[in-house]
Parts: sequence; C-alpha cells; structure tokens
Amino acid sequence: MKKIKILKRYGITLAALAALIAFVLVYPDRAPLVGASLLSQVTTMLLVVPPIFLLLGLLDVWVPREQMMKYMGEGSGLKGVLIAFSLGSAAAGPLYGAFPVASVLMKKGASFMNILIFIGAWSTTKIPMLLFEMKALGYRFALARLAIDIVGIVIIAMALKAAIGKKEIDRILVTAGESRKDNR
Amino acid sequence: MDTLILYFAVLVLFGFSLLKDRNKTILALKKGLKALEGIMPQFITVLLFIAVILSIFDSQFITKLLGAKTGWVGVIVASALGSVTLIPGFVAFPLAGELMRNGAGGLQITTFVSSLMMVGIVTLPMEISVFGRRAAILRNVFALVFSFIAAFFVAWVVQL
Repeated sequence: MKKIKILKRYGITLAALAALIAFVLVYPDRAPLVGASLLSQVTTMLLVVPPIFLLLGLLDVWVPREQMMKYMGEGSGLKGVLIAFSLGSAAAGPLYGAFPVASVLMKKGASFMNILIFIGAWSTTKIPMLLFEMKALGYRFALARLAIDIVGIVIIAMALKAAIGKKEIDRILVTAGESRKDNR
Repeated sequence: MDTLILYFAVLVLFGFSLLKDRNKTILALKKGLKALEGIMPQFITVLLFIAVILSIFDSQFITKLLGAKTGWVGVIVASALGSVTLIPGFVAFPLAGELMRNGAGGLQITTFVSSLMMVGIVTLPMEISVFGRRAAILRNVFALVFSFIAAFFVAWVVQL
C-alpha cells in the first residue's frame, strides 16, 4: 500500500525520466550534454537545497506567528518591505528554492505584498550574483539593472496584488496554512 | 562561496537551537527534512526537464540566436530563451558577457538575463502548488513584460 502511494507521488517524475531516456535514445549525440547538465544540477541541488529546508524547519519552530506578523504582516509598512527585500537578496540558490520559503512565510502571517517582494528579490537582486554580474558585464550594466529591478519588483508586486484580487489571495494564504499543518 | 555561508548559518543556528531546546531542534530538523522530501517529486522532474532543455539550448546555440544585428526578433527570441531555460547566475553572467564581447546586442542580452532570472516556465508547476494557477501565471506574465522594460532601461544606461 505504501509502495503504491510512493509510486503515485513519483509518477510524474518517472514520466519525465522516461521522456529524458527517449530523448537521449533519439539524439544520442546530445547524451553527454544531458549528462553534464544533470550532474551539475544535481550537485547544486544537493548542496544548496537541503540547508534551505533545514533553516525553514528552524524558522517554523522558533519564530512565533505574532512576531512574523509584526515584522512582515499587514501593516508592517516600510519595515516589512525592507525585511522582505533583505531576506530575498541574502538568499542562495535558484528561484524555485524561494517557493517553499514563501509558503512558510505565508503560513506564519507575512503579508502577500511582502511575499511577492521577497520572491522578486530572490529572483533578481541577490547580492552574491550582483558581484558576479559586475565582473562579467561591468558595473554600469549591473547597477542599472539593480536599480530598475528594485523599482520593478515593487511595481510587479503591487500590480499582482491588484490583479489577483482579495478573494484569491485569502484562498492562497489559507492553503499555505493548511498544507503545512498536514506535515505535523 | 555563498553556499559556504549557507552551511555556516545552518551550523551556527542549529547549534544555538540545540543549546536552547533539544526537542524543538529535533522537531525543526524533522520538519525541514519532511518538507524537503515533500517537494522531491516536482523537484527531480524539473531537474530532468532542465537537463534536456539545456542540451538543446547549449551556449553555441544561444550565441547564434542572440548574435549581432538580430534586432527585434532577437529581443523576442531572447525573452523566450530566458523564460524556458534555467541557468544559474554564475554560468549565465559570464555567458552573457562573452556574448556581448562577440557583438550581441545589449538589448537582447539584458532581455535574456532579466527573463532568465524572473520568468520560469519549467518551474511553473512548483510555483502553482504554492501560489495557485492564477497568481503563478500572472506573476510570470508580468515578469516577462517587465524584462523588456528593464532591457530598454539598462541598454540605455550602458550607452550613456
């Protein structure tokens, strides 16, 4: 019974694996590239993702909801926005690492606006990446992009909040709370 | 380097946590590992897809598509490429720099870099599971539109 459950959960993964194998069989000359990419992705994943989840566990256990609401919730104002920006910018790892973090922050009572800013910051204003960008593309390029990105992240967050609507936002926040409760 | 800081943070924080409360620390560890396992199916799926996509869009192919004088078509292609690929920054920026030195347009490169970071088609299923279909799709659409605006701005500043 348990085996079937696991198999069901990983069904889509197995389908993707089958697709990958089919691709390699049809284009055998691409096989080394697929292998190299897979290897580098897996090493990044094994290195970066587990610590993020361990930190999330700590956050979940130690930070009480009231505190999170005070610092990042509705009415946290500019302070909340700045915290969201700093959290996202200090992050390591690809954007998909941000989604589980966002889920826990929502569960803990961070406002939707701040969650969106956090996602935006994680995607483009990461500090270690900025140094890389300056080296590769010049400081003018990197700083111009940083400036427009900071403006863009806030505008996108506001536009999204307006476009999604309060009802759907409430539903997302409730879902985040429930899905995490199941894990207990 | 930032990975090292991450591990250092984990060690220090878990050390503190252990000193303050043993049971809470174990609970945190359990919760973290459980959430990690929970995301694994989607995660591995994404990795497999990326491997195939990147083997098609290798750096040679990208260089050809974003080469000099590709104009408007180049900008559109750049945004499409940036949206479907998922390359870590420490690979993407040197690649972008190389492309620029080889004569690719600043506009195309900036569009590519911006959409690469903010838009994720492959990771959309993961995003939908947290934010729901509507919010996730809208965020990607807005981010895509924004990457054009950002590109114009950055290309303009670099030219100054």
